[in-house]
Amino acid sequence: MCLGVPGRVVRWINRESNFAKAEVEFSGVRREIHMACVTDANLGDYVIVHAGIAICLVDEVEAEQTLAELKSLGENSDETP
Amino acid sequence: MKHLDEYRDAAASQSLITDIRARATRPWVLMDVCGGQTHNLVRYGIERELADCVELIHGPGCPVCVTATELIDFAVALALRPNTIVASFGDMLRVPGSSQSLMQARERGGRIQIVYSPLDALALARQHPNAEIVFLAVGFETTAPATALAVIQATKLSLNNFSIVPAHVRVLPAMETIMRMPDNRVEGFLAAGHVCCITGFEAYQPFASRFRVPIVITGFEPIDLLRGILKTVELLETGQAIVKNQYSRTVQRQGNLAAQSIIDQVYEVDDRDWRGFGTISGGGYRLRAEYSLMNARQKFADVLPPKGRGDVDCRGADVMSGKIKPKQCPAFATTCTPQSPLGAPMVSSEGACAAYYRFEPLPIKVPS
Amino acid sequence: MNAPMSPLACPRPTTSDQTITLAHGEGGKMMRNLIRDRIVSKLGETNVQRFSDAACVGTIKGNVAISTDSYVVSPLFFPGGDIGTLAVHGTINDLAMAGASPLFLTLSLILEEGLPFEVFDRVIDSIAETANTCGVPIVAGDTKVVTKGAADGMFLNTTGVGVHHDDQRMSAKQIQPGDTLVVSGPIARHGIAVLAARESLEFMPPPASDSAALHRVAADLQSALGNDLRTMRDATRGGVAAVLHEWAEESTLAMWVDEAQLPLLPETRGVCELLGLDPMFVANEGTFVAAIASHRTEDAISVMKTHSSCGDPAPIGYARRREISPVLVSRGMGGDQPLDEPIAAMLPRIC
Repeated sequence: MCLGVPGRVVRWINRESNFAKAEVEFSGVRREIHMACVTDANLGDYVIVHAGIAICLVDEVEAEQTLAELKSLGENSDETP
Repeated sequence: MKHLDEYRDAAASQSLITDIRARATRPWVLMDVCGGQTHNLVRYGIERELADCVELIHGPGCPVCVTATELIDFAVALALRPNTIVASFGDMLRVPGSSQSLMQARERGGRIQIVYSPLDALALARQHPNAEIVFLAVGFETTAPATALAVIQATKLSLNNFSIVPAHVRVLPAMETIMRMPDNRVEGFLAAGHVCCITGFEAYQPFASRFRVPIVITGFEPIDLLRGILKTVELLETGQAIVKNQYSRTVQRQGNLAAQSIIDQVYEVDDRDWRGFGTISGGGYRLRAEYSLMNARQKFADVLPPKGRGDVDCRGADVMSGKIKPKQCPAFATTCTPQSPLGAPMVSSEGACAAYYRFEPLPIKVPS
Repeated sequence: MNAPMSPLACPRPTTSDQTITLAHGEGGKMMRNLIRDRIVSKLGETNVQRFSDAACVGTIKGNVAISTDSYVVSPLFFPGGDIGTLAVHGTINDLAMAGASPLFLTLSLILEEGLPFEVFDRVIDSIAETANTCGVPIVAGDTKVVTKGAADGMFLNTTGVGVHHDDQRMSAKQIQPGDTLVVSGPIARHGIAVLAARESLEFMPPPASDSAALHRVAADLQSALGNDLRTMRDATRGGVAAVLHEWAEESTLAMWVDEAQLPLLPETRGVCELLGLDPMFVANEGTFVAAIASHRTEDAISVMKTHSSCGDPAPIGYARRREISPVLVSRGMGGDQPLDEPIAAMLPRIC
């Protein structure tokens, strides 16, 4: 369950807590997304969007680390992440 | 798409599959509890690829299919009620109630509007000030903040023609129900990544210790799924009943506090009837008394149907708990098909029975 | 047909200059005026012949092809097209995909009482302009009005007459193992455009339909490839998946597709991911699949590239001997996955 899609925050529309909204881009298409759960997102940040609201920020450092692990996995298949 | 395509890489998937094969000394029984994960495990062929070393049981992971018949019947009655529009996620339209689905109700003149977001249902309430807009609020903890936010906004905007049918379910009590079943076979859990975005995973550690079962927070893309499976196998092979987070780019230990506070403001934990499972203690959310004006169950109590009699002839709970394979159910592919489902796992395309039905021509290896 | 209106009827039917009324379909003066002033005057521009109830179109040499299709779409207007462009393109494409050159169209209108003239005129203008651009005249027609609620604004039917270029017989039965499957352009645009407009999904920019006529590219492909062009099909309802299932059944072969090769606009991809839709199941209205002898793949793609109706054509897979599953898709992981046959239109999902 729970289709969650990463999108990039491109413009804040409203920063008022329960009504917070931003324009979020998903591969060339934008939509207004409710931001009440991720009010601290900066422009350019990626958020996971589910049913029209951002449910969390994507942590770029953690993402880099996971990808680095995957890369080392490909280079040395004996190693596990 | 960034943060998506990287996790669909074929070469990395193959390395992970090789690793899982190398690590597993016996066919471990893992359960995923998220329909989105089931969907991709089947879609990308991961389940078949790993059939010789991991048995994957698709647990009650789809809130759409576990929504009680009685709630579908209520939504149908509301859709057929004069001057009422039921707003719903697309998934719910084909889920059968005791006599008809919302789709069938629409064919009979019921007013149903598909929305992408519960917040979009508020716009509907503004456009139709003289109609009642009722949102069918299904979903796990992932979806609860969106529906709670809709309730909060509707209250602030005094949208008195907006209400919801509270039907949210909570995933941990369902996992507990499965672990308490006498002939439970689950040895490890892939925990639902997006649920954990909201809830965090503090509550999973005592669960893992109590039931001596490793739990790995797992994402949705093929590589996320394979990393989750690999980590669970490693924990099983080394005898560690602990919680590990393999979806760290989105899940934090404490979860999303803002989202939790929005849920808490609107909902409180309640017992809930799960289709195929019966009542699960603490298995859902109900609206807090302050928001009773937004509660369609109270507002339209006159059309509340009698409590459902459950799914006759359906062994859905046995399938979802891994006791039997879909083909072992006497109704499978005879009286129960995706076009005319009897129970939860045949209802949604992610359900275990529907997946088996669809892929029946291909022999699916069952580990001995 | 309704009984003719008596000139002595009391009270006389009230006329509206804003909307279609039942009287516009009842065979009297109002109907005649409607047809003369708001249909024939516009569609007449597309005609070599006179527009009438029964058009006399003269002698047609060759193998005659006929196709008919009805058009119901909500909303009537959407980015990239409207019910009028669909009604012209759709029937032209049915003829074109069968290997015929379209010669004439007929147009039948079923109007809902209360339909604003402004909407009606926009659709008729669109039909006229589209038929003109396609070079296919509309030569006969019919108009009916039904009571409020009995139709959704307007329904259209077009019937097309065409002629086969030669005796070449295209059919899925001609598909051979090893033949290439080519798709003419980015898929899933129409279904996404209509869904976004109907459900007010508010995407920016609004996704646009691929509504387009395919008779010119189809004719060029046939003359360039001859029998190496086995068959073509526009991937309308059920999308590319439905075409492949039909071909698999008719040819008794398996259709194999590499998902990574499917042409897809980034914005279509974004919407599909967000709504949980598989683009292979989403409708197209100006995008087709062709099965081509593999050594002519590049030739077919070169022909397609000269037509504006085809953007970014690409080989997506090939036909092969069937083992078990009729349609298989490779998603980059180990084995191929069987692809479902579409049952009903996909709905946006949260799960």
